[in-house]
Amino acid sequence: MSIPSNLKYTASHEWVKAEADGSISIGITQHAQELLGDMVFVESPAVGRKLTAGEECAVVESVKAAADVYAPVAGTVIEVNGELDAAPEKINEDPYGAWMFKIRPDNTADMDALMDAAAYQAHVDSEAH
Amino acid sequence: MLIFEHSRPGRCNTAQAPDHAATTSGIPAALLRQDTPLLPEASEMDVVRHYTRLSQQNFSIDTNFYPLGSCTMKYNPRACNSLALLPNFLARHPLAPESTGQGFLACLYDLQEILKDVTGMAGVSLTPMAGAQGEFAGIAMIRAYHDARNDSARREIIVPDAAHGTNPATAVMCGYTVKEIPTDANGDVDLDALRAAVGPQTAGLMLTNPSTLGVFEQQIQHIQKIVHDAGGLLYYDGANLNAILGKVKPGDMGFDVIHMNLHKTFSTPHGGGGPGAGAVGVAKRLLPFMPIPVAGKEGDVYRWLTEKDLPQSIGRLSAWMGNAGVLLRAYVYARMLGAEGMHRVADFATLNANYLMAELQKAGYTVAFPKRRASHEFIVSAKELKDATGVSAMDIAKRLLDKGFHAPTTYFPMLVAECLLIEPTETESKETMDAFVAAMKEIRAEAFADAAMVKGAPYTQPVRRLDDVKAARELDLAWKP
Repeated sequence: MSIPSNLKYTASHEWVKAEADGSISIGITQHAQELLGDMVFVESPAVGRKLTAGEECAVVESVKAAADVYAPVAGTVIEVNGELDAAPEKINEDPYGAWMFKIRPDNTADMDALMDAAAYQAHVDSEAH
Repeated sequence: MLIFEHSRPGRCNTAQAPDHAATTSGIPAALLRQDTPLLPEASEMDVVRHYTRLSQQNFSIDTNFYPLGSCTMKYNPRACNSLALLPNFLARHPLAPESTGQGFLACLYDLQEILKDVTGMAGVSLTPMAGAQGEFAGIAMIRAYHDARNDSARREIIVPDAAHGTNPATAVMCGYTVKEIPTDANGDVDLDALRAAVGPQTAGLMLTNPSTLGVFEQQIQHIQKIVHDAGGLLYYDGANLNAILGKVKPGDMGFDVIHMNLHKTFSTPHGGGGPGAGAVGVAKRLLPFMPIPVAGKEGDVYRWLTEKDLPQSIGRLSAWMGNAGVLLRAYVYARMLGAEGMHRVADFATLNANYLMAELQKAGYTVAFPKRRASHEFIVSAKELKDATGVSAMDIAKRLLDKGFHAPTTYFPMLVAECLLIEPTETESKETMDAFVAAMKEIRAEAFADAAMVKGAPYTQPVRRLDDVKAARELDLAWKP
């Protein structure tokens, strides 16, 4: 699966999508879901929670491991994808469609520090030693 | 099939039943149950057949090679068991006076002395009931040490990313926050990251050496200096002690506290949650904080050291003195081996791991750290096989069951993709390891010839491949009628 060029990425394998209303949605990448395997639980942050960049704020648990999901930028959680509670397998089936939570960023310019698709591809390749 | 499914109303075995009902006269009425408990009703023969059948389905070290990495599934000599079961040990009540249990106390005291010698630590307490509790005791002592010095601003425990998951869990249980540091491409701790991570907030570092990557940490002298210079203490996770037994001592490496999984390294049947023993060893500065009771000796008399002797102790971890049965087995094992035998354990644990690693490499498997000599275990990555055939580490593990081998540890540590962590232990023969290599060769050939068949394994076990997603999401742990 190719890495969508309309998204931004973190080194910890979250993808970030800028929404029209100025918020951002966050999920985990195809590479991350493939490493983790079949998802069994998703724990989302509480709506209204203030996050600092890089803060652990959600957990995805698969048959192999539990992994933290980190806030890509500072901001406030405005919505979580409740659908994933009952159907965490959506992350496996459609990683770039299954957003986990939305943040209103404190500073939209923070997004510029994230990786684009090409940089993320290089990052994934460099980790595969 | 569950024993409850054998149950038929009214079926019982009179020969085993008590001949009169137990008296409940001393129990307050409010505490007496109102209805009969839900117990299976089955004949003696049904029960015997049921449990015998279950035992036959057991995949154990007594029946099969069990190279489960990081678990040290070595053979448990029967002598350890039979001596631990001597009637005077078995029938001893934990509250019996010390004067009637001098032999028992002498065994535990001597075991403490042996473990001090093996690890190079100044003191040992045997009381932790398992590895996780040993870790808890170790970090609790680090905390007590800093608190006693009014140095309580140290809130952080550093843990390398290769650590067992119990390490960060232990730190959090003891009220610390965890700082993770990365591993370099050779499998050693990233020293620059460690230097950047330490500071006045550092309470200590938890390190497993050899690490879960199956390699000996080459920079341990630098690591201990960096951590100690910052005022932190060094915790040694003894999970992989088997590889260094009699060769190198954690105390000499500069560690301040260590826990030992006696049930692993000192050979008690383990796995499946069976009783463990997580003895802790400490450097001199942590002696006052050891968990109690500790076996003591005054002249020729043995006695338990308690709060009176160790007023700064972190306290008791269980009602009594630890898992006495496991400790006695460990004592017998250590005495049977002697110093020379311990060297031999490490020699053959390491030789077997390196032999198996070399043979699997010849068979076409990718070794994670080919430039490093393995310690007691090593990692094979099935990534290349998965990319070529779709057959994953999990598929190899399942197919090994068909070929009569317990699967290695899979997908741990997470640092290596499609990881199989393999630990043969010192008690396996060359013939057994060669048979394992032959099976791995067959599986590799099968992966290229008929990947779908391998992905459907196992075929010969009491159950086929389980739906592990369903098992995790819809827990079904208790029988209901």
